[in-house]
Amino acid sequence: MGLNEMHAEAVAGVVDRVINRYRRDPTCMLQILREVQEACDWVPPEAIDRMQAMLGVPRTKIEGVAGFYSFIYTEPRGKYRVLFSDNITDRMQGNRALMERLCSNLWVERGKVSEDGLVSVGKTACTGLCDQGPGMLVNNYAIAGLNLERIDEIAELIRNKVPLADWPPAYFRIEDNIRRADILLNADFTPGEALLAARARAPSDGLNASNMRSWREGLPSGIGGPGATLDEIKRSGLRGRGGAGFTTGLKWEACRNAQLKAGHQRIVVCNADEGEPGTFKDRVLLSKCPDLVFEGMTVAAYAIGATRGFVYLRGEYRYLLDHLNAVLAHRRRQNLLGKDICGLPGADFDIEIHVGAGAYVCGEESALIESLEGKRGTPRNRPPFPVTNGYLDQPTIVNNVETFAAAALIALRGGEWYAGIGTKQSAGTKILSVSGDCERPGIYEYPFGVSIRQVLADCGATDTQAVQVSGPSGICVAENEFDRIIGFEDIPTAGAFTIFNKSRDMFEVARNYVHFFQHESCGFCTPCRVGTSLLKNLMDKLHYGSGSPYDFAEIEKLNQLLQSMSHCGLGHTACNPVLDTIAKFRPAYDKRMMQQDFTPAFDLDRELSSARQMTGRDDAGAHLETEHGGQS
Amino acid sequence: MSYTFTLDGKVVPFVDGQTIIQAASAAGIFIPHLCYHPEFKPHGSCKLCTVKVNGRHTASCTMRAAPGMVVESETEEINAERRALTQMLFVEGNHFCPSCEKSGNCQLQATAYHLGMMSAHYDHFFPNRAVDASHPEALLDFNRCILCSLCVRASRDVDGKNVFGLSGRGIKTHLIVNAKSGRLADTDFTLADKAAQVCPVGVILKKRQGFAVPIGERKYDKAPISETAETTEGR
Amino acid sequence: MTAKKKLKVATTSLAGCFGCHMSFLDIDERLFTLLEHIEFDRSPLTDIKTCSPDCDIGIIEGGLCNAENVHVLREFRKNCKILIAMGACAINGGLPAQRNHLPLTTILEEVYHTSPGLANGMVPNDPELPLPLNQVHPIHEVVKIDYFMPGCPPSADAIWKVLTDLLAGKEPELGHGLMHYD
Ligand SMILES: Cc1cc2nc3c(=O)[nH]c(=O)nc-3n(C[C@H](O)[C@H](O)[C@H](O)COP(=O)(O)O)c2cc1C
Ligand code: SF4
Ligand code: SF4
Ligand code: SF4
Ligand code: FES
Ligand code: FES
Repeated sequence: MGLNEMHAEAVAGVVDRVINRYRRDPTCMLQILREVQEACDWVPPEAIDRMQAMLGVPRTKIEGVAGFYSFIYTEPRGKYRVLFSDNITDRMQGNRALMERLCSNLWVERGKVSEDGLVSVGKTACTGLCDQGPGMLVNNYAIAGLNLERIDEIAELIRNKVPLADWPPAYFRIEDNIRRADILLNADFTPGEALLAARARAPSDGLNASNMRSWREGLPSGIGGPGATLDEIKRSGLRGRGGAGFTTGLKWEACRNAQLKAGHQRIVVCNADEGEPGTFKDRVLLSKCPDLVFEGMTVAAYAIGATRGFVYLRGEYRYLLDHLNAVLAHRRRQNLLGKDICGLPGADFDIEIHVGAGAYVCGEESALIESLEGKRGTPRNRPPFPVTNGYLDQPTIVNNVETFAAAALIALRGGEWYAGIGTKQSAGTKILSVSGDCERPGIYEYPFGVSIRQVLADCGATDTQAVQVSGPSGICVAENEFDRIIGFEDIPTAGAFTIFNKSRDMFEVARNYVHFFQHESCGFCTPCRVGTSLLKNLMDKLHYGSGSPYDFAEIEKLNQLLQSMSHCGLGHTACNPVLDTIAKFRPAYDKRMMQQDFTPAFDLDRELSSARQMTGRDDAGAHLETEHGGQS
Repeated sequence: MSYTFTLDGKVVPFVDGQTIIQAASAAGIFIPHLCYHPEFKPHGSCKLCTVKVNGRHTASCTMRAAPGMVVESETEEINAERRALTQMLFVEGNHFCPSCEKSGNCQLQATAYHLGMMSAHYDHFFPNRAVDASHPEALLDFNRCILCSLCVRASRDVDGKNVFGLSGRGIKTHLIVNAKSGRLADTDFTLADKAAQVCPVGVILKKRQGFAVPIGERKYDKAPISETAETTEGR
Repeated sequence: MTAKKKLKVATTSLAGCFGCHMSFLDIDERLFTLLEHIEFDRSPLTDIKTCSPDCDIGIIEGGLCNAENVHVLREFRKNCKILIAMGACAINGGLPAQRNHLPLTTILEEVYHTSPGLANGMVPNDPELPLPLNQVHPIHEVVKIDYFMPGCPPSADAIWKVLTDLLAGKEPELGHGLMHYD
C-alpha cells in the first residue's frame, strides 16, 4: 500500500465524521472537501463516492467544486505538499533559488510528486508574507523568512518523515510587524464596549427589541438603537476598505431595507480572502485584534437586523483558524455572540468561519458568496446585488475585515469623531501593507491623505523607481507622482504598497502580475479565460527576446478587449499592470522588442527537437533560425 | 406594463422582466450569442451578446431591459470585439470544421461567418483533449467544447440528471460527466435527453449520423444565422 | 487597364493536399480574365521553382509541417508584397494538424518501428530530407499574413472574389455562401 492510499473504509470513516460535523449540509461542500483532504492528504475517489451518498449531490457537482480550487487535490500530491509563494516580492527575495534547492535536495521535479509519493513542490500566488518572505505553505500552513539553511532543514524533516506538528514551532511564527499604528491598531478596546455603546443609543430597550423583531420580519423602521447605529456609520463617511470603496452606510441601509422572504434572514459576511498580491493587513488585523473585527460584524448585524455571520478566511491563513475559533467561543461565553446578545431580547447573531482553498477570485463578493454556498467561485451576474439577493438568495452585506474593525470603533466613539480623521472625502485611517525595496517592511496605519513620499520616507525606501499601490489590480505610481496621496480622491487602495527600486525591471513586474491573473482567472467568461492566457504568452514572448512591435500592438488590443468585455473586476483590471507600465516605463518594453519585424509565435528551432532526437541528425538542415517574417 | 428602449436607433418594445436580447429577438433583431438559449436561464459567460447600454459594455442576455435605454449592437467596434471573442474560442479548442459533423449546423461557425472572421488570428493552443466514444449512441468530442454550459443546464434543469458539469478553473476549465470512470457510457445519459440536443457546437453528437445531410445543404448553408428562425422568432 | 503592368502572382502548396490549387483552377474561363491582369511566377502551375524578388501576391496553400515548409514560406514572405493564406490548412493547420495532440516521437515510432510489416525499420535520417516539426502550425504563426481565404478548399467563387477584390484595391470580403470553413 502506497503512502497516499488509505483503505476505502478508513476514507469513508473520515468523510462521515467531517460531513456530520457540517450537519450534512451540502452548502458546506468546500469545507468538507478541505477537511477530508487535511485527513487524507488528498480527496480520493472513494471520498467522493461517500460524499455523493451522504450529501445526495451529483458527482459532477463535487468534482466541479474540487477542481476549481488550487488547494484541493483529486490526485495524490504527497504527504508533504510544499508550495512556494511566487509573488514578485518573493522573487525579489530569491524564492526561485530556494525552490531549486529544495527540489534537488528531495530529488523531485518542480510541480511533480516525488517517485516515492512523499512530497510535491510547486508554487502558489502571493501568500501574504511579503514583509517577511520568501514564504511557503506546507500542507497549507505558512512558513515565513525562508533561507537556504532553513530549506535544507525542511528537506531533512521531510526526508525523515517528521510529522508537520513536530516541526520547530519557530518556523510557523508569523510576525505582525506593525510599524505605525493609529486609531485601529492602537485601539484600547474591551470586547463588548462597542455593542454596549450602540445599544445605549436606543431610547429604551423595549423599543429597541421591538425594532429588531420588526426587521427580522422584513418591516424596517428607522428608530431605536439599530437605526441610530446605522446613522452613526453614515455620519462617519466610512467607505469600504476592500478596494471598491463603496459607502458602507448605504450598503448596510440597502440590506436593511431589502424585503425578507419567508424563512429568510439577513447575513453579514466578512471578506478575509485578502488575495491581492502584496496585501497582508487583514492577516495582521485578524491576528492582533480579532475581537474588534468580530465586534464590527456584530455591530453590523445589530444595525441591519442580521442573525447569521460568516468570515471567509483565505486558505493561506489556515494557521489563524484555531485561534479565531477560540476567540469566537470566548465571545459566546461572554454573551457577545449567540442569543440575546448583551442581554437584549431578540439580538441573536453568531459567526462561522469558512476557509477558502486557493482562489483569488473568491475575494470578489459574489464569487465569495458562491463559495460560501459550497460552489465553484464564479462571479454572479449582477444585478441583483448581494444586498438584496446574496447568500442563499438572502439579503447580505459583504465587507472587508478593516471596514468592520473601523465600524466597531465608530459604534464606540461616534461617526462625528471618525469623520474628523483623514481628509474631507476620505474619512478615517488606512492600513497599508508595505513591502518590497525598503528597510522596514510591515504594517503602517495612516490617516487618509498621507503622500506616497511620506510612506516611502517612513519605511526607509531609497532610490525608489515605482510603487504598486493596491496590488496588480491597482495602480503603478512612478517617481514624478510621489506627491500624490492615499485617499479616494486621488489613489484609492485596498492596502498593498509594493516598492520597487531603480534596479528592478518594471517589465518583469508586469509580467509576474500577468501570470498571476492568468492563473487566477476563474474561466467563466471568454475574454478573461482566453485573453489572460494570450496576454501571458505575449509577455513571455517579449521576455524571451523574440517580441516585436507587432506583439506590442497585440498586447494593447487584448488589454482593450479585457477591459470592455470581461464579466468581473478580475478581467477588467488584469491589464492594469501592463497598461500602467507601458505608459510610465515604456523603455522597459522597448528594450524587450528586440525584433524590428514580425516574429514567429514559437521557437522554430525547438520545434525540430523531437525529429533531431529521433534521427540523430544535427546538420545545418536539421536546424531553423528564428528570423523575422515580414514587415509589421 | 409595456415600455420601449432603442437598439441601434430602432424603437424596441419590451415587457417587465425581459432581457435586452429577449426583447430584441421578439422584435426580430438578431444579436449574436452562444451561451444564451431562450429555453434556459441566461448564463452570461461567452460574452458574444455584448452590447453597449448608454455607452457601457454589458451582456445583453443577462441585462434586463429598462425604459429609455440606448443600446448599440451592430457597430463596427462591437462587432470587432465579438469577432475577437470567436477567434479566442477557435484557438482555445481544436476546431477543424472540414472534419466536423456539426459543420454547417454549428452556431460558433455560423456566428464567425456572420462576423466576417477570415482566420482565427491568434496563436493556436492546440490543447490535448479527449474524445469519449464509450456511449453506444452518442459521441463526446471535447476538442470543440466552448464551455457554454447549455448541456449542464439542460441536464440539470430539464432532464433532472446532472449528466454534465464543469470542473477545473481558468484556461483549464473543462466539461466532466457524472461517472466515477469519467465515461459517458457510465452515466444515465440517453439521446432522448434535452442535453443531447442543445450543444451549439460539435461536442455532443449522435453516433452513426455522419454526413446524413451533405455539406452545403445544412442549416446555416441555407440562411445566415442572423436570419434563422429561432434567433429572431418575432419576424 | 491593359497599359498597367501585370501583377506577379506566386503560389505554393506546403502541408496541403493540392485541393485548394484544384479549386483555384476551378475558376475556369475566368482564369483568362485573370491572366489579363496577372502573370504567374513561382507556382505548381508554371513549374518555376523560385520566387522572383518582385512578386506582388503570394498565395500559400497548406500549413507548416516540416523545416522545408518554413523555408518556402519565408522565401515567399521575402519576395511577395502581399501574402494570402488559402484554405483551412494554411489558416489553422487543417487535417495535418490533427496529429498535434500526439508527441512526434510517438508518431515516428509508430510509423517506422512498430507498425506491422516493418522489419528493422528506422527513422530516415538522410540530410536531404526535411525534418518534421513537433506540431503542425498555421502559417500566420511564423510570418505575417495579409489576407485569408477560408474553406477546405475555398470555392472557386470565393477565390475569385478575394482576388478580384484585391485587384480592385478593395478589402476582400466573403458574404454568405462564399464564407465557409468546411
Ligand atoms: C477579483 C476581485 C478580488 C477581490 N478580492 C477582495 C479581497 O480579497 N478582500 C476584499 O475585502 N475585497 C475584495 N474584492 C472586493 C469585493 O468584491 C468587495 O467589493 C468588498 O469585499 C466589499 O467590502 P468593502 O465595501 O468593505 O470594501 C475583490 C474584488 C475583485 C473583483
Ligand atoms: S473576468 Fe475572469 S475572473 Fe471574472 S468572471 Fe470572467 S473569467 Fe472569471
Ligand atoms: S464545432 Fe463548429 S467551429 Fe468547431 S469544428 Fe465543428 S463546425 Fe467547426
Ligand atoms: S458540450 Fe456543448 S453544450 Fe456542453 S458546454 Fe460544451 S459546448 Fe456547451
Ligand atoms: S449569449 Fe450572452 S454571454 Fe453568452
Ligand atoms: S489544402 Fe486546401 S484546405 Fe487543406
